[in-house]
Order: sequence, then C-alpha cells, then structure tokens
Amino acid sequence: MSLLKAGKIITDTWTRIEDDQEFAEAGAVIVSLECWLNESESLRKPRNEPIGVSLRNDQSPSQIIDDLEAISLIQLDFPAYTDGRAYSAARLLRQRYGFKGEIRAAGNVLRDQYPLMLRCGFDAFIVNEGIDLAGWQTSVEAMDTPYHLPK
Amino acid sequence: MPSRRDSRVWAELIRQWSSLHPEFTFLPRKFKIAVTGSPHDRTAVKFHDIGLILKHDEDGNLGFEVLVGGGLGRTPMIGRTVREFLPQQYLLSYLEAILRVYNQLGRRDNKYKARIKILVHETGIDALREMVEEEWSHVKEEGVDLPFAEVDRVRSHFTDPTYDVLPDHDHSFAVKQFEDPMFGRWVRANLAPHKMPGYVIANVSLKPIGGAPGDVTAAQMEAVADLADKYSLGEIRVAHEQNLVLADVKMSDAYSLWKKLDEVQLGTPNLGLISDIIACPGLDYCALANARSIPVAQRLQRRFADFSRQFDIGELTLNISGCINACGHHHAGHIGILGVDRRGEEYYQLTLGGSADENASIGKIVGPAFSNAEIVDAVETVIDTYLSIRANGEAFIDTYRRTGEEPFKIALFGEKQNVAA
Repeated sequence: MSLLKAGKIITDTWTRIEDDQEFAEAGAVIVSLECWLNESESLRKPRNEPIGVSLRNDQSPSQIIDDLEAISLIQLDFPAYTDGRAYSAARLLRQRYGFKGEIRAAGNVLRDQYPLMLRCGFDAFIVNEGIDLAGWQTSVEAMDTPYHLPK
Repeated sequence: MPSRRDSRVWAELIRQWSSLHPEFTFLPRKFKIAVTGSPHDRTAVKFHDIGLILKHDEDGNLGFEVLVGGGLGRTPMIGRTVREFLPQQYLLSYLEAILRVYNQLGRRDNKYKARIKILVHETGIDALREMVEEEWSHVKEEGVDLPFAEVDRVRSHFTDPTYDVLPDHDHSFAVKQFEDPMFGRWVRANLAPHKMPGYVIANVSLKPIGGAPGDVTAAQMEAVADLADKYSLGEIRVAHEQNLVLADVKMSDAYSLWKKLDEVQLGTPNLGLISDIIACPGLDYCALANARSIPVAQRLQRRFADFSRQFDIGELTLNISGCINACGHHHAGHIGILGVDRRGEEYYQLTLGGSADENASIGKIVGPAFSNAEIVDAVETVIDTYLSIRANGEAFIDTYRRTGEEPFKIALFGEKQNVAA
C-alpha cells in the first residue's frame, strides 16, 4: 500500500500497532481505540512520540474528544466504499471538534470517492500501489463548484 | 421572510444540497424526501423517508412539520413526526442532522433492515428525536443553512407564468358539458380548480379501459407535448399515480383540448375512479415479480368499464403490485392487490383500507389469497358490499373506516370462514 498526501505519494512514517503487539522504543504509532482508552497514560508519557488512533466505523469520534490535544493522527476505516460512516466521523472531527492533526482514510479508498473524502476533511489516504496520480487529481477537479463545504 | 407555501422552491434547494453531498452519498440505503405545500397531500408525504409538510405557526411564520421513517415495500410504515414545527430557515441543517444520525446508526448488516424506517422502529421515535435534536443543536450553528438572499434567488426561478385576465366562468365550457356527456364526465373527474380565474388543471389519464396502466406511446407523447404547447404554457408534469398533468389550461380551451386528447385515446374520464389503477409492470416485464399485474388491471378495468357505474362507485384508489417490494403501492390503495406465488401459481392477496393522503393508512390483508381466476370477482364483491352499506354520499374509504373489514370479510368468505379465521 502507499500513502497519498497533498497530491503526492510519500513515505509513511507511522507504524500500526496491533493490540497484542509490543511497542518499539521510538517512532510514531497508530493504535486501536480500545488500546488508546485502556492505556492512554502509558502510551503518552514514557514514550513521548506521536500517537495516532484508529477508529472502526462503528466507533464514534465523540469518545476521544477530550484527548484530541494528545492525538496527532486519526485513522478512519472504509471497509467498503459503499459504507459512508467515516465521512460523518471526519466532518465531526474537523468541523465540530476542531481536530487539526492528520485524518487518514484506510480500507477501500478509491479515486471516485477521493474528492468526497477531501471535502469531509480527510488529508491522507492509504491507497493501492501504482495508482494513477494524475487521474486522482482529475477526479478532484471534475466538480469545481461544490454546493457544500469549501475544499 | 416569504410566507407562501411553495414546495417547489424547497424541493429545488434540497436537490442542490443533496446532490453529491460528500457526507451522504453512501447512506445505508436509498433515501426519498417528499415536500407538500397543501393540507390535502398528493405527494404520499407520510410514505417517504423524510416527509416535509409546509405550514404556518400561530404567528404566521412559515415552516415545516418534519416526518421521518415512512415507506412501503416489504415493511410498510407511516412516517412519524420528529418535529411539529421547524422554521423554514433551518431546513437544511435539520435534514443534515437527520441524515448524519442515520448515516452513523442505520443498519448496514442486512439490506432489508437498512432503511431509516427500521432505525425509527428499532430506536423508537422519541429516542431518535432526542438524537436528531441534539445533533441539530450543533449543526444549526455550523453554517449549513442558506442566507435568505440565496433562498430568494432560487425562489425567483419559480415565478408564476403570465396568466391572461379571464372571467370566472366560461359559457361554452358550461354548455359543452351538457352537449357532450363524455366531456361532462371528463370535466367532473379529470379537471381540478385553478387558483387563477378562468383556468383549470387538466389531468390526462394514462389509464384507458383495457390498456396497461401508465403506458403512453411515442405518438401519444408527441401529441401531449403539442397540446401542452398549445393549451398549457408548454409544461407537462408527471404524477405518481401514473398520469400526466397539464397545469394551466383555460376553461375556454378545455373542450378543444379534450377532443384532441380523445383522438389519441387519452381522453378517458376516470381520474380517481376505480379504473384509474396504479400497477407495477409485474411478471410480464419484471424479474423480481411473483405474479402479473397488468392483465389483472386490464380485467378489472373491463369489469368496471361502465362509466356510470364508476361514477356511482366514486372516489377510489386501486393499486396492484406483482411482488412484496410494492412498486404498485398496494399498501396505500383503498383496495390493494399483492401478487404472490403459491407453488408456481399466481395468487393475489387483497388488502383494504390503505390511503396515501394526509390521513395515511396501511391496508389490511383480508383473508386468504385469491387465484388469478377469482381476484376480479373478489374486488367486485368488495365494491358491491360497499355500495350496499354506504351511507349517503360516503366514499369507499370512509365506509371502510366506519365499518371496518367485517362486512367485506363476510361477503368474501362467509360467516363460517370468518369465525375460523
């Protein structure tokens, strides 16, 4: 998989840690919501590294609104592109809770949905390797006058 | 602030707001919104995912009663009121709140349980209302609602056409109704009053006796287009009853219009009568259907072909669906017919008492299903029963609501069967 951000494929400096996995000494990690809620103290203080939290699409971002200062990245999941729950989560995080960190789309992230995700506040995308970057950019420009949120 | 109840303006605003809405393009399932501006509802507003009824509050401010969770299909439900009065300026933020709650909480595990009606049913309207109101308390501060200037700009596209100043009555219009009884019938059934003096609204029935309900040939459509240009300011509307509407016809033109419609077999005087049947394509065309709809509609139309009899029966809706998905809206017909498959044979379940207007109700199944051979007789038995028990001037639906299903059941199945059931 590749990481798309600001129109470019970049190196992903984050490591996804599963719930039963040990943490490396250094480096930015993404953990599950359960892990964050259970171990947020131990995650924060001794390591002093950026923390990301991954939400499944049946988990509401309202569960972490008091922690947003301590979280640098939130990953939202699209198990299928037809499942639109993460759009609402992203909008709430950006517009209502004022989250300034990275909002990362994972799962079935496709070119046709890319402009919709951008407008809901996603700014990083885990995509298949070898995507046609010019094509993805074209899809953003296809609708130049949205009725809704500003880009 | 505008105070006219013009549903078109709001429908257009909702269209713009919802088109490619990034947050609501991937809802759990399909979603339909109806807006009605009249106390007599012709939009089936209570059978939509969201129903909006334009109304004024006690101080004369314009707003909406907001209903949620109506629908037909395999789980028919009447929409519930989520808010009695929403001031007009908050429409989009309130819709956004409802959709955000539905997007997050609507079921995605089973497509038959994914519509918002199921969420309303499983959550309960009071709990859902709390969630929507809580969400709305934030959304309405977040800049979704349009400034009045923008609403006015859209409203400016819905100005009235230029009407001629006409007298209230037209002599030839009155005379022709006596001279030509079929025209008289057409006036009685198919014309509706217009807000402008000297004008009428003409409904073009696409339900000729023995035709496929709602079908129109290319030649007929060309003719309607020409007639709309000539007699109705160039506009044709399509109604969910599978008929067409010419909305701005001069009384003095009505007879010429009808003559020309009649030349192309579109002059049937049966709007709102028993032969104005809503039917889905059924097994003749549809891969989902269990039974045919169109031939049943055609046989019923022929059985009740006599217009004197149709007018005597009076206002009645008869809706036919060829399967449980209810595209023919059988739940909402005064008389409903649902095609079912019984060991490879077409059977038809009869429902009574449905209604799609402001007094929406879901028809109730009466007894076991009828065979293809029996269904037309069964409908006639229902009609004969109504004619024998109705009070003076009482419409079918009102008789049914007064007496309940009992007399109809007895007539259809006899006393014994009824006790056993």
